[in-house]
Amino acid sequence: MENNREILFKPTSGLLDVPTHYCPGCTHGVIHRLIGEVMEELDIVDKTIGVAPVGCSVLAYDYFACDMFEAAHGRAPAVATGIKRANPDKIVFTYQGDGDLAAIGTAEAVHVAARGEKIVTIFVNNCIYGMTGGQMAPTTLPGQKTETSPYGRDVATQGYPIRFSEMVAQLDGSYYIERVSVDKVAGVAKTKKAIKKAFQNAIDGKGYNLVEVLSICPTNWGLNTEESLGWLRENMIPYYPLGVKKDLSKEEAK
Amino acid sequence: MSEKVLMKGNEAIGEAALRADCKCFFGYPITPQTEISAYMAKKMPTMGRVFLQAESEIAAIHMIYGAAGTGVRCMTSSSSPGISLKAEGISYIAGAELPCVIINIVRGGPGLGGIQPAQSDYFQATKGGAHGDFHMPVFAPSSIQEMVDLIQEAFDVADQYRTPVMIMGDGMLGQMMEPVEFKESVSTRQLPEKTWAANGRNGRVNHNVINSLFLKSEALEEHNIHLQKKFDAITENETKYELMNTDNADLILVAYGTTARICKNVIKLAKAQGINLGLIRPITLWPYPAAAFDATIGNTKFGYLAVEMSMGQMVEDVRLSVEGRKPVHFYGRSGGMIPAPEDILNKVMEIVGGNK
Repeated sequence: MENNREILFKPTSGLLDVPTHYCPGCTHGVIHRLIGEVMEELDIVDKTIGVAPVGCSVLAYDYFACDMFEAAHGRAPAVATGIKRANPDKIVFTYQGDGDLAAIGTAEAVHVAARGEKIVTIFVNNCIYGMTGGQMAPTTLPGQKTETSPYGRDVATQGYPIRFSEMVAQLDGSYYIERVSVDKVAGVAKTKKAIKKAFQNAIDGKGYNLVEVLSICPTNWGLNTEESLGWLRENMIPYYPLGVKKDLSKEEAK
Repeated sequence: MSEKVLMKGNEAIGEAALRADCKCFFGYPITPQTEISAYMAKKMPTMGRVFLQAESEIAAIHMIYGAAGTGVRCMTSSSSPGISLKAEGISYIAGAELPCVIINIVRGGPGLGGIQPAQSDYFQATKGGAHGDFHMPVFAPSSIQEMVDLIQEAFDVADQYRTPVMIMGDGMLGQMMEPVEFKESVSTRQLPEKTWAANGRNGRVNHNVINSLFLKSEALEEHNIHLQKKFDAITENETKYELMNTDNADLILVAYGTTARICKNVIKLAKAQGINLGLIRPITLWPYPAAAFDATIGNTKFGYLAVEMSMGQMVEDVRLSVEGRKPVHFYGRSGGMIPAPEDILNKVMEIVGGNK
C-alpha cells in the first residue's frame, strides 16, 4: 500500500529547506514558492543568480537555492545588471518590494528596463513599508492610512501612487510586463504562469521582464488574512488593474 | 620588450586596467576623468569585454558589486563628487569583501567645488568615506608610469585580500601626458581561487551568497574582527613609501602624488641655498607609512613639513605618526591651486631660515 502512494505535492528544489521569517498570512512565501517551482521546472536552479532587496524580503537570499546576492536598498537592478553583463549565459532575477523598486531605487528600476537588460524582476506590491513597521510607500493608495500618513494619504501634500508596470511598459527597452495578484487560487496560478513566462524570456535572451505581484500585509494593514485579501480586491485591483501591460513576444509572432 | 609611448594619464589608466585583465568597466562621466570611460568604451567592445555607462555613480558602483561578486575583475572610475555618490556601494563592497578597483581623479571641493586638481579627498579615501568599520587600500601614484604600475598591483591586492582598492590621482595626473611603458606583470603573488563567487552553482553543493547583512550582533562583531585582521595584514604587508635624502636633513617634507613631484624640485632649490631637505612620499595613503617616520625621526633637525593640495588633511596622519616627537608643520593650497616650488621654499625658510 505504502509503495503505491503517489506524491502529489513536495518541497521545490528551487527553495532551501529552511524556515522563513515572514509574518503569518504574508504572501511573500507563496511568491517565493512560485519562483522556486519555476526554476525547478525550467531546470535552471544551477544557472540562476538572484538578487534580494532591502525590505521584508531582505533575507530571501537564505531561502532561494540558487546563488544569491543581497543588494543595497533599491540597487538590485544595478547589481543584477553587473551580474548579467559579466555572465551573459546565466539567468538573473531581482526580487523587490514597492519601496525598494518604486521609491529609493526608481532610477535603477527605470534604467534597467530602458537598457532592456535580459533579466527578470519580481515586483511585490503591498502598498506599504512592511519591514520598518508600516510607513507610506510610493504605491500607498490615496486615503490609505499608514504610520506616516496617519490621516490617510493626502495627495495634495503626499503626492500620488506610482503605477510602475504601466510606466516601464512605455519604455522601448521593456519586453514583457504583467501585473498579477495572489489574492486567490486562480490568481496564484496566473502568477506562476507569468513568472514562468518571464524566466523563459530570460532564458531565450529576451528582456526586460517584470512581473508585478499584488500582495497583502496583514500585520501592517491591521487586518486578518481574509480581510486583507478582501482589501486587496476592493482597493488595490481597481487602482492597479491586472493584466499584461506589454508583451513583445506577441508582436514578434505576428 | 615593450617600449615607451606618450599617453595621457587617464588613457594610460584604461590601458593598464585592460592589461591587468579588467573584464568589466562601469562608469559615469565626470570631469576630470571622463577620458577613462571614453578609452574603455572604444577598446572593450572590440575585446569582447563589458563597457557600460550607468545612469549614475550609484548604479555604476552597484554594477561593480554585481560583477565583482561573480568573481570577474572589474573597475569603475570617478572624481570627487562622484566618489561621494559611490560611498554607499563602497561600504557594501567592503562589507561583502569583494575585490575591485576604484579610480578617483580628485578635483577641488566641497560640493560641486571645481574641476582643477586637488588632494582634498584624503579624509574620504583613507578614513572610510562611508558608514561602518572598514578601510580600503589607497594607492597614490605621482607619475603616469607609477599609476600604470600600481593598477596591476591594485587588482592583485584586491584579489588577494578580497577588498576594494582605490587609486587616488588628481586632475593633474589624469590630464597630463608622459612617456609610459606597459611592463609585463612580475607579480609573484599566489592569488586565491574565488570559491566564494556567486556565479551560478554549476553543480556546487551549496549556494553562494554575496552579503553584508549580519542581524545577530555577535555575528557582526565577529565579521568586523575578521575584517580588522585583514586590515592588519594589509598594513603589515602592503604599506609602500619612498624616502629621499632623509639621512641627515634640516627638515623632511611629506607629500604624495603631484605635490611630491613639486617637492622634489623644492629639494633642489633648497640645496642651492644650503638647506638640506628630505622627503617622505607615501605611496599607500592607507595603510599610512608610519614606519617612515620612525625611521627618520632622529634624522631631522626641524621636524616635518606636510605639503598638500588641501587645507590640511594628511598632516593629521603625519602628527599621529610623529607622536609629538618632533614639530609638524603644514603648507597647503586648495581649490585647484597648485603650490609653486618657490611658495613651498618660502615656508621652508620660515621654519629653518632664521635658525640656519
